[in-house]
Amino acid sequence: MESVTRIEVGTRPGFSDSRGASVARKIREHLGLEVASVRTRDVFLVTPGLAPEEAVRVACEFAGPVVRHAAVGRLEDGPFDVAVAVGYKPGVTDPVGKSARVAIEDLLGRPLGEGAHVYTARLYLLSGVTREGAERIARSLLANEVIERVSLSTWAEWSASPPDLSVPRVIEHPPRPVETVNLELDDAGLARLSRERLLALSLEEMRVLRDFYRGAAADARRAEAGLGAAPTDVELECLAQTWSEHCKHKIMNATLTYVEPGRPAEVIRSLFKTFIRGTTEAVDRRIREREGKSWLVSVFHDNAGVIAATESYHLVYKVETHNSPSALDPYGGAMTGIVGVNRDPFGTGMGSDLLANTWGYCFGPPDWKGQLPPGLLHPRRIRDGVHAGVIDGGNQSGIPYARGFEVFDERFLGKPLVYCGTVGRMPVRVAGRPGHEKAARPGDRIVMVGGRIGKDGIHGATFSSAELTEESPVQAVQIGDPITQKMMFDFLLEAREQGLYSAITDNGAGGLSSSVGEMARQPGGARLDLSSAPLKYQGLAPWEILVSEAQERMTLAVPPDRLADLLELAGRREVEATDLGAFTEERYFRVLHGGRTVALIPMDFLHEGDPEMQVAAEWPGEAPSEMAAPPPPATTEEGNALVGEFLARDNLRSVELVARSYDHEVKGLTVVKPWIGAHRDVPADASVLLIAHDAGNAGYALAEGVFPAYSDHDAHAMAQAGVDLAVRRVVAAGARLDRVALLDNYCWPDPLEGPSNPDARLKAAQLVRASRGLSEICLAYGTPLISGKDSMKNDAVVGGRRISIPPTLLASAIALVPDVRRALTLEAGGAGEVLFVVGETADELGGSEWAEARGERGGRVPRCRPGPFLLRYQAVAAMAADGLLAAAHAPGRGGLLPSLFFLARAASLGLAVDLARAPCAGRPGWEALLFGESAGRLLLAVRPERAVEVERRLTGVPWARLGTYDGSGRLRVSLDGRVLVDAAVEDLTRAWKRQGGRP
Amino acid sequence: MKARVLVPTGFGLNCEGETALAFRMAGAEVDLVHLTDLFAGRHPRRIPDYQVLVFMGGFAYGDHVAGGLVLATRIRAHLARDLEAFLENEGRVLGVCNGFQTLVRLGLLPGPEEGAVDFRQRAALTNNERLGYRDAWVRLQADPESRCVWTRGVSALEVPARHGEGRFVAESDEALRRLEANGQVPLRYVDDAGLPTERWPDNPNGSARGVAGVCDRTGRILGVMPHPEAFLHPFQHPDWPRRRAEIEAREPASLALFRAGVSGL
Repeated sequence: MESVTRIEVGTRPGFSDSRGASVARKIREHLGLEVASVRTRDVFLVTPGLAPEEAVRVACEFAGPVVRHAAVGRLEDGPFDVAVAVGYKPGVTDPVGKSARVAIEDLLGRPLGEGAHVYTARLYLLSGVTREGAERIARSLLANEVIERVSLSTWAEWSASPPDLSVPRVIEHPPRPVETVNLELDDAGLARLSRERLLALSLEEMRVLRDFYRGAAADARRAEAGLGAAPTDVELECLAQTWSEHCKHKIMNATLTYVEPGRPAEVIRSLFKTFIRGTTEAVDRRIREREGKSWLVSVFHDNAGVIAATESYHLVYKVETHNSPSALDPYGGAMTGIVGVNRDPFGTGMGSDLLANTWGYCFGPPDWKGQLPPGLLHPRRIRDGVHAGVIDGGNQSGIPYARGFEVFDERFLGKPLVYCGTVGRMPVRVAGRPGHEKAARPGDRIVMVGGRIGKDGIHGATFSSAELTEESPVQAVQIGDPITQKMMFDFLLEAREQGLYSAITDNGAGGLSSSVGEMARQPGGARLDLSSAPLKYQGLAPWEILVSEAQERMTLAVPPDRLADLLELAGRREVEATDLGAFTEERYFRVLHGGRTVALIPMDFLHEGDPEMQVAAEWPGEAPSEMAAPPPPATTEEGNALVGEFLARDNLRSVELVARSYDHEVKGLTVVKPWIGAHRDVPADASVLLIAHDAGNAGYALAEGVFPAYSDHDAHAMAQAGVDLAVRRVVAAGARLDRVALLDNYCWPDPLEGPSNPDARLKAAQLVRASRGLSEICLAYGTPLISGKDSMKNDAVVGGRRISIPPTLLASAIALVPDVRRALTLEAGGAGEVLFVVGETADELGGSEWAEARGERGGRVPRCRPGPFLLRYQAVAAMAADGLLAAAHAPGRGGLLPSLFFLARAASLGLAVDLARAPCAGRPGWEALLFGESAGRLLLAVRPERAVEVERRLTGVPWARLGTYDGSGRLRVSLDGRVLVDAAVEDLTRAWKRQGGRP
Repeated sequence: MKARVLVPTGFGLNCEGETALAFRMAGAEVDLVHLTDLFAGRHPRRIPDYQVLVFMGGFAYGDHVAGGLVLATRIRAHLARDLEAFLENEGRVLGVCNGFQTLVRLGLLPGPEEGAVDFRQRAALTNNERLGYRDAWVRLQADPESRCVWTRGVSALEVPARHGEGRFVAESDEALRRLEANGQVPLRYVDDAGLPTERWPDNPNGSARGVAGVCDRTGRILGVMPHPEAFLHPFQHPDWPRRRAEIEAREPASLALFRAGVSGL
């Protein structure tokens, strides 16, 4: 039993322990339990133990002389009722322990040595609680038993026992041998094998594998390499990763048969090729015809989409989802989501500088009172953890967030959606070569950079390709370590400028099997030696090393004559870089362990061998039903109350307080911030940022649109509404309409038929309709889809019950703003300005926030008419460019009413409007006028002297003068001579800001 | 002759772009040098070869254990002699946010009441009264009586505060009062009325008597929690969209701070 030094650091009596106070508040507010006080301590466990005087020095250093105090062993400062100790389980990443070790080594002036460890834990000293109460607090607030271990002791037990010196050391087994796997099984056997090994391969795919290996027996190279006919576990796992839904997007590439009443069955070969790539190629052709050359630099084949921005820089954008891990461990899963997507622009072309992050979450209702199936965390806990994880991940990486949103719906109880995106800046030329091109050549060394490999994240790719069950593997959760990654990125940017590598990609899903397997396509093969891979601890089987998704790793192709320089620079920057082999042209992905070949897979079978999937899709048709139309509020007071309640709904209320925990302006490039207006608390339609400190005033705008609720009516409308809002928002920010690019992120419930999935055909049909709608509107707007992602298994099956998310397509827009000084916001300049509305309001309340508030399932869902809409946007974009507009805004969720409130609040003015003037399609009632979410509408604030010119410019599109800004500080909305709302903007603000606590 | 400014980088520090720009706009010559090269003496110049040393903002080592702690420990272990020599040459130091935390941990701020720097910590920047990181613009008022060279000619600043550990705590209330009496509190958080405040959100961390910035007894070393380098262009100001003409008419006040810091060298 190795010696251990325990150091406890706490807050000195007389100073406030704000972390303890915050825990106490959550115990009272979230758990409804009483607690007198909570004190917190940080615990450090160093092994092998330090000399006594060394331990004291470390304790003093960690505490400092003023606010905190520390002790070796136990810090004795008074009784409590129950102590809750929370530490990590063995093998879980402990970034604080890692940093603490660096400090200890420099403080003591000696390395702690191989095999030494510094572990951290947190101690909560609770007073005024019972042991039972403390157990509940520990389980539902302080610890996540997926990754953490908890121990409780009462004051009596604590006082009677010595300090706890146990550490979460990983039991290091000798390396496990390579095994061969027998595929000569019947169908039932193959299915069982896929299930039990978590391969997530279909029976069809298992059969293809079996048949391939029957043929492989004849392959002389296998015999040469000492391999038999049966695949090794390394080969099987490698193929399962590469063929996983997560990596291969089999559903988006499947052959679909689509049936709709009254129309002949339709066969679609690959939704991706037909509706996404096909759309972008068509748009690209039109751009070339119009401009002679295209501003699309690199789309679809790399880790992120690349568009031309300035003479010296391209812009790179990618949005990812990290849903399943966030459901199990909200903090670690979400942090991995953000630091993981950072690696996509970084691993695109020769690499990008990271400029900005975006996030968007879909959660169950945070104040959910209903029962929760076992295995699911409460949505409030998921929300708090996800925010905290992305906050720490983004802030510690020094990347500002530019956009964020939250959507709440009961169906996200089973799986939250966690979208994370990153914008990068790519030099047009890197070390004398085009920055967007990468080329691993035969003979280039395979170098892995960054963190070490452990069991974390094993089967992440296949796991996220399966539905969430009570038995989901905990090793599928990785914890991000932003600082390790930041240090790696700093090093790689230097290496990039010095031209030390010829290609780069990230290690994400599938780990080395995916990154090396992908890079090997260019040269035509790779020879990878797993025995040289740096491990966190011994005992990993070779297949585990190959597929581990341990974080903070990039893979480089390094020309042999640059290898020494690259490794030297890495060493100097305290970044781990390891030569794992070489790229070849032997047409095989060859994996060795020591001298021995443990996998030998033909490149073409690895990447092209998986069978095409067949999917059946059946659309029953939309059944629009009328919504009961209640009379308008009888009095203005009633109207005011109604509006206040509406603004306080989860989907509309202010989340500014939470969002301010994310840095939004580090790097000094942020111009239009996420929260704007006189009180800096109104959400901006779009954020506008500079591209660089040396690119003049050239900038870009970011915005998004997402309407999951519309899928209940028609996913076609859902997809188009999202795209339309994203585009309208960047138009409202003054961006160039002919320089808007889009990212499509699909999150779907499983569309594949199975025993527990009765409505799979409908879900598949929704996929078809969303994709077609996406394609139609992008063709009409001329907006290419430059990157995207799909996540197809967003269901939870718990206790035999399936919870499926509503089909959700997030549209993210990135658009060029040639001069940020021309950027527009929704902030009007002053009283007397005229408010214009552009576009019609129709009787479209279906799927709206208002319909949800009323519990209405009926109504007509908002429909886009891209052709006519485009004419409006062109007119507005031209007026913005000519400086005719004081402010612009695109109404979104909740319709015109929340928009009018935002406009008045942002300007800190009063606003009086008459909705009877609004241009209409059909005969919308008062509800549709106030709360309808009809697409294609913009609100414009115009100085009175410019109003006539604006009217002239709007010839040919529907518009109206809706009202005027005044100094009253009140929002006044009338219709047909009646005043529906007349409320102080201050009062509405109070309603809108109820809750919104920090995570 | 341009002032020579050294901005160490690496380990999770992250404001190099805007920090370098700020000093270049102030007319200085800026070198960004990775700390590992300073530790190893691989950079052609050492710290004493510079006139100004800047500990920029960021998350060195993720603020693990405590903000600035790990970095301060490393700097003390590898650069103490260079720092002493630099300070003997009357070198100037600016620490922003994480850099301020590092200077406090190093014992450079508030520094000894007499004698040379002894690397003994005498104050703390600890958790905000309201727990958690917050990014919001604040108003700072400069003390015209302060001995700080960095705030000469600076009256008021509007800049973003972006931190979770910014509450300044001196060894004792008397110690804080002595700092104030010595003109070592050049910058305070103020409310709409321009008065020092301890109230959130005008004061984001609850620092006693609104302390936002502290200097040493020579006035050459300044630490400040909010970020002056974040306001270099008018359009970075949150009110710019509504009050363009007015805001574009004035130069961002923080530029005066960087100019003061590099002038007279």
